Amino acid sequence: MWDYLVYFVNATVLAAALRMATPLILTSMGGIFAERSGVINIGLEGMMLVGAFTGMLTSYFTGQPWLGLIGALLAGALMGLVHAVASVTYKVNQVVSGTAINIFAGGVTVFLLRWIFDVAGTSPAVSRLPVVTIPLINRIPLIGPIFGTHNIMVYMALIIVVLVHIFLFRTVWGLRLRSVGEHPKAADTVGINVFLTRYLAVIVSGAMAGLGGAYLSIAHLSRFGDQMTAGRGFIALAAMIFGKWTPFGALGASLLFGFANAVQMRLQELGIPSQFVQMVPYILTMVALAGFIGRATPPKAIGKPYEKE
Amino acid sequence: MKLEQSSLTSREILTPIVSVILALLVGAIFILIVGENPIEAYRVLFSNSLVGMDSIAATLQRATPLIFTGLAVAFAFRCGLFNIGAEGQLYVGAMAAVIVGITFSGLPKVIHLPMAVLAGMAAGGIWASVPGLLKAKLGVHEVINTIMMNFIAYFLTDYLVTGPFHGGRWTPETARILPTAELSRLLPPSRLNTGIIIAIAAIIIVYIFLWRTRLGYEIRAVGFNPTAAEYGGISISRNMIMAMVFSGALASLAGVEQILGVHGRFIQRFSPDLGFMGIAVALLGKNHPVGVFFAAVLFGALRTGAAAMDRLTDVPRELVVIIQALIIMFVAAEELTRRLMQRRRRA
Repeated sequence: MWDYLVYFVNATVLAAALRMATPLILTSMGGIFAERSGVINIGLEGMMLVGAFTGMLTSYFTGQPWLGLIGALLAGALMGLVHAVASVTYKVNQVVSGTAINIFAGGVTVFLLRWIFDVAGTSPAVSRLPVVTIPLINRIPLIGPIFGTHNIMVYMALIIVVLVHIFLFRTVWGLRLRSVGEHPKAADTVGINVFLTRYLAVIVSGAMAGLGGAYLSIAHLSRFGDQMTAGRGFIALAAMIFGKWTPFGALGASLLFGFANAVQMRLQELGIPSQFVQMVPYILTMVALAGFIGRATPPKAIGKPYEKE
Repeated sequence: MKLEQSSLTSREILTPIVSVILALLVGAIFILIVGENPIEAYRVLFSNSLVGMDSIAATLQRATPLIFTGLAVAFAFRCGLFNIGAEGQLYVGAMAAVIVGITFSGLPKVIHLPMAVLAGMAAGGIWASVPGLLKAKLGVHEVINTIMMNFIAYFLTDYLVTGPFHGGRWTPETARILPTAELSRLLPPSRLNTGIIIAIAAIIIVYIFLWRTRLGYEIRAVGFNPTAAEYGGISISRNMIMAMVFSGALASLAGVEQILGVHGRFIQRFSPDLGFMGIAVALLGKNHPVGVFFAAVLFGALRTGAAAMDRLTDVPRELVVIIQALIIMFVAAEELTRRLMQRRRRA
């Protein structure tokens, strides 16, 4: 029994879980920003994909992965802006707008990949962000092998979670953002600009998803591949819901989903098909939404465009 | 739009047309970026999809599954539900159809083929009933649940096609279905098959059901104004579950047609986003069965022409995916197109 446990829960698996969780962590923070302001963002997948592509492209032409990171951030923000214009200003159904963004992203990235590099499938290799070793943590037994050495974006993601938490729950801007998502009319009455708040929240949401995508193309790997996000934007959405729209909740869910991903190969050896392990995040999310494990309740004003009277 | 109204108003017809034109114009920018002539590229695209018997057959063939997914989304939408799970529903439907198609030998076609089709519809309907039930009984938003169930369907069929029903040598696909379960080809060499006849029948049935039957009226009444419907003695939850079941059954037919009429076997992740494109088709067709037909044909034409455009010009075929996304955005942004039309009228 103990041997089994060690086989599944050991430093190698946990370190891999953290690596696999990182794009989910970053993107789910983006989901939180949008949804806490009252805007559904199922376009996270597409925003990630555009971020992954732009990160690769910028790194390719400049040789600077850090510029790639900024490029991915800006490209994601741009996609967020599109979602904001559509859903906040033109009151397009938010789910429709998100779907359009996902389809657009899938098309435009392959279109540009084929036009710029004349290849189908995968981009050339580009330089990627550095792997770093944290000096002291590195030496601690148990913790060291799990947290000690990772790509710098893994640490960035963890720091961002803390920052998002502080922003949302400890600053007046965070309070305003949440009030816009819960009760926009009341927020408007006390002088909060609902439209501006939602615009900024959705732009930041896109930027975060862009970072999540960049992790895939210029940190974890060093190239872009067609549809390389492979549904991670939706898993991030699931992590956000499973984490009840809170940064630490989404972090926990991302780590859990990352862990499921990391152990699937080992479970396969025991005769449990990996596909069933891959289903876990989605099933858990449905169960959570249905209220079977501590009901997940979305922000009240979610999905409704705001009409100023 | 009124509850009783079964035909589209002139504005409801004009908005989609304006949206398509806008999307093609923005698409032209992408063509210019790659250094081609937009007029020439579009000429190649449409002459290879709408001119000549072979082209038209190919376009109709690509339109067939989109008619089903478009109808599925439109049907649910009429009940106020957003079914973005058509992709998953068509996968489980396709898998059920293929299992029946390879398993039961010795049956005459008149029994085997309908059995396979109905198995697919049943699977899709049951799959869609889950988010329907969760919405009706627990009030959980169907959008998230249908998304989640898409992924569950991908992984479930991934497992079945690589595990118990693996029939390919190296490739992740099932064995070939028996000839008695095939949807016959209509115009070889195109892959157009009798699925198009089922699709057109589905259009007519959905129209009659929604606007000429009591059940259809109830479904639309719930979509139109649930509170009023309930006051009138119409059960919201029963109609929501029913709408999702029918929607799932319609979506599954897209997968059934692809398997029994085109591929002859289940191939892992065979669908080029047919379910998501169904959302675009339903929107463009204004959630009306006849509108869905024309929207599906347009999308079928774009997909068919894209291959020729890719071959004959420097424009990658993914241009049409971009155009489809733009169409969704423009059609959904009714306020935008309305303003544009008003401006033109004033000028």
